[in-house]
Amino acid sequence: MADNVSHAAHAEAAPHEEHHPTWQTYVKIGVILFIITAIEVSAFFIPAWETSRIYVPSMLFLSSLKFIAVVLFYMHLKYDHRLFRALFTGPLIVAIITIISLLFLFDQLSISF
Amino acid sequence: MSNAAAVAEHATHHHHTSTGLDNRKIGLWAFIGSECMLFGSLIATYLSYKGKSLVGPFPHEAWTSPQGETFPAILDIPVTSASTFVLLMSSLAMVLAHNAVVHRHKPKVTTTDRIIGNSSLWLGMTALLGLAFLCFQAYEFTAFVHEGLSIGTNLFGSSFYTLTGFHGAHVAVGVLWLTALLFIDRKRTLQPEDATNVDLCALYWHFVDVVWIAIFTLIYLIK
Repeated sequence: MADNVSHAAHAEAAPHEEHHPTWQTYVKIGVILFIITAIEVSAFFIPAWETSRIYVPSMLFLSSLKFIAVVLFYMHLKYDHRLFRALFTGPLIVAIITIISLLFLFDQLSISF
Repeated sequence: MSNAAAVAEHATHHHHTSTGLDNRKIGLWAFIGSECMLFGSLIATYLSYKGKSLVGPFPHEAWTSPQGETFPAILDIPVTSASTFVLLMSSLAMVLAHNAVVHRHKPKVTTTDRIIGNSSLWLGMTALLGLAFLCFQAYEFTAFVHEGLSIGTNLFGSSFYTLTGFHGAHVAVGVLWLTALLFIDRKRTLQPEDATNVDLCALYWHFVDVVWIAIFTLIYLIK
């Protein structure tokens, strides 16, 4: 019985493993990561951008893009079983909440009304 | 059955759970989840203490020593940018190594096919790029110590060395893991049945990469 459940579940999970991207896709993602990093570093050395109000949001956005690209394509979360997604995103959300909470607690972030 | 044969059979046996998923992969994802919280707390600590050091050196601002000497900001963005590129490209090499093992039996007609299908090449390149990243970090730490920043100098030094040191230690473990895989690949050529073993190493390596993506932006690029 347990074996049947295991085989059925495996049969359902197996196709996920076969839908990995081709090496061309991996190289394209690599090029995208390279370009985004080049933009980030350039922004740091462009005073008009570096001192503007959009600098921090744009840096966070670009870095999130890189993060998501690596996690979805290189770590195969886009194609793998949803349990893996839950095991990763759950603690990641806890970590992000911890960072934001501590920033408020230590007066590094504030909300003014 | 001989002991060696039993070990070989066990090595190729899939460790599936009632979910149908490999238990080693579930374990590694759970480990990565716990690592997310570890690095989250280290990054939170760094950011909470940001700008609260009473004495220099400071990450992004020039400072004057008690002797009256003025020093520039300590973080060297061009050097760290180079090491970031190195780590990102190592992730590409890693995913190509995994791809080469998965498609081991695919016919290799062209030179490109042979290069893309050479798992030893990509595993070796990943390990070398990881080693290069560690060399960059050793250079950075040495330069910082020469400029007067040790782990006990100020809040910045304590939180910076703890965060980047933990990350560097993870890279070092990854390099050892990659070297072991490379050694096995050279000895008996990794087969598609070994893909999960390479996948586990790849997941760990990519995680180390995404942690650096966050560190590079939050610590180095945002003042």
